[in-house]
Amino acid sequence: MGSVTATVAPPTNSNVTRSIRTFGAIARSGFRRYATYRQAAVAGVVTNTVFGFLRYYIFLAAAGAAGRVAGYDREQLATFVWVGQGLLAVIAIWGWTELADRIRTGEIAADLLRPVHPVTSYLATDVGRAGYAALSRLVPPVLIGLFLFDVYLPHRGATLPLFVLSVVLAVVICFGCRYLVNATAYWLQDVRGPLILWTLCSGVLAGLYFPLGFLPGWLEALLRYGTPFPSLLQIPLDVLVERQPAPVQLGLVGVQAGWAVVLLALCRLVQRRAELRLVVQGG
Amino acid sequence: MAEPGTLTGPTRVVPPSGGGPEPAGRTPGVLGAYRALLGAQARSQAAYRASFLVDLFGNVGATVFDVVTVLVLFGVTRELGGFTLHETLVIVGLSSFAFAAADLLVGNIERLPRYVRTGLFDAVLVRPLAALPQLLLMDLPLRKVSRVVFGLGVLVASVGSAGIHWTAGRVALVVVAPLAGLVFFGSVFVTTATVSFYWIDSGELANSVTYGGRDFTSYPVTVYGGWFRALFAYGLGFAFVSYHPALALLGRADPLGLPGWVGWVAPGVALVAAAIAALAWRVGIRHYRSTGS
Repeated sequence: MGSVTATVAPPTNSNVTRSIRTFGAIARSGFRRYATYRQAAVAGVVTNTVFGFLRYYIFLAAAGAAGRVAGYDREQLATFVWVGQGLLAVIAIWGWTELADRIRTGEIAADLLRPVHPVTSYLATDVGRAGYAALSRLVPPVLIGLFLFDVYLPHRGATLPLFVLSVVLAVVICFGCRYLVNATAYWLQDVRGPLILWTLCSGVLAGLYFPLGFLPGWLEALLRYGTPFPSLLQIPLDVLVERQPAPVQLGLVGVQAGWAVVLLALCRLVQRRAELRLVVQGG
Repeated sequence: MAEPGTLTGPTRVVPPSGGGPEPAGRTPGVLGAYRALLGAQARSQAAYRASFLVDLFGNVGATVFDVVTVLVLFGVTRELGGFTLHETLVIVGLSSFAFAAADLLVGNIERLPRYVRTGLFDAVLVRPLAALPQLLLMDLPLRKVSRVVFGLGVLVASVGSAGIHWTAGRVALVVVAPLAGLVFFGSVFVTTATVSFYWIDSGELANSVTYGGRDFTSYPVTVYGGWFRALFAYGLGFAFVSYHPALALLGRADPLGLPGWVGWVAPGVALVAAAIAALAWRVGIRHYRSTGS
């Protein structure tokens, strides 16, 4: 990749270029920061793999002798499970409490002094983290699926680029949700309640425990348009296994884009309201 | 048990010397110390009542979703691996009660990697009490009680509605099997936690066998295939937690061909697991070198 760093004077003075450079620099440092936890990544891959086997066989049993269920055949289910196990770490669905911890301890004050908006800087770090996770946590389960099972490979040319876009949007949406959950600490101090609710809802409503297609059609539609959860896993995976015809596929990514915009706007709104009432103790 | 006279002794505090001179005098002190640890835990957890209620609710939620998943799967299929919904729910009930109870009593051992990393485990070792009970009582998660109650509810409801032909043997089995499952899962928790004595940054590795084992035992093993089934069902012994006892309760032959008596002796596997866990713990403690922090 390029050798530019944030300290090199930008060739043009436009604000857009400068903010892209800043975003890139923060994202790169996020990548490096998470790349230090290599042993934990290995342990995570083993765990994802075991759950991959469990879910693959259980979904396959649900497909039964016919080998088809809710618009998926066996190969599509295999791809759904193995790519899904990898995406889990890319979107980092669980376990992020950094913002809430900083709000509780008052360290958030340092973030507010920086010239970059906290939503932007945390998002940049998260994009960097997701980039590392895509290498260390997404590739291994995908390879296991490829070598050990008959997986579905996309037929349409546009699917792969669309899937990449869908995953990027899923990362942003998941970040937005986690930011909002963490930001409740501005009001509640103890975020355990919102965090538990998030952990419970995100797993089951994102399509991790079972593809949401197993639910009645109206319920799946309600979840897809009414909540951001299916945009986290279900939609990227449906896009990849081409469960729907091409125009619908494109529409699904459009739904994700809508959720990404709504959530980022909500994050900024919540952040502004919180800053008006935030009191940091101590000096 | 201690002699009656010693129980009422004035000292409930552990003697500072650690290895008390007379064994009879130690028992009430040790028991008292454990009771004090447990009491402190209960009081501190109940102090934040709203948080405690949220935790109770959140913990039962995870187990509820496990059952919901099974119901959703049966919404798209009539049978799973050759088993009907009612038969599968017996397996789910046995598994979720056993796991929830083990998780309540022993599950917090999964914090051991953090204790090893931060050096807190050194403090545990220098105290004049056994390390394992201390660790378990240091943060007994009372919030997980809700999960055990729900698991028991699923077990009772599923066993009651599965049309089981009750005999004396089956009544005994339906009591013994969940308890054996508890011991089995408890042993799995302890054994996997000892990995952190050798590999400090093992992170969520233990989850693959503990939570993975819970998911594995929630379905008939006929669902799984290949070497994965061989490894988890018989290599690690998870088939004996819920699948084989459920077959014996339901009076079904094993589609995989194991004889019917396997279901009746399945609880015995828990004793083997407990022995392995005890051994792994002893070896692990011997091997333990402080991280030096």
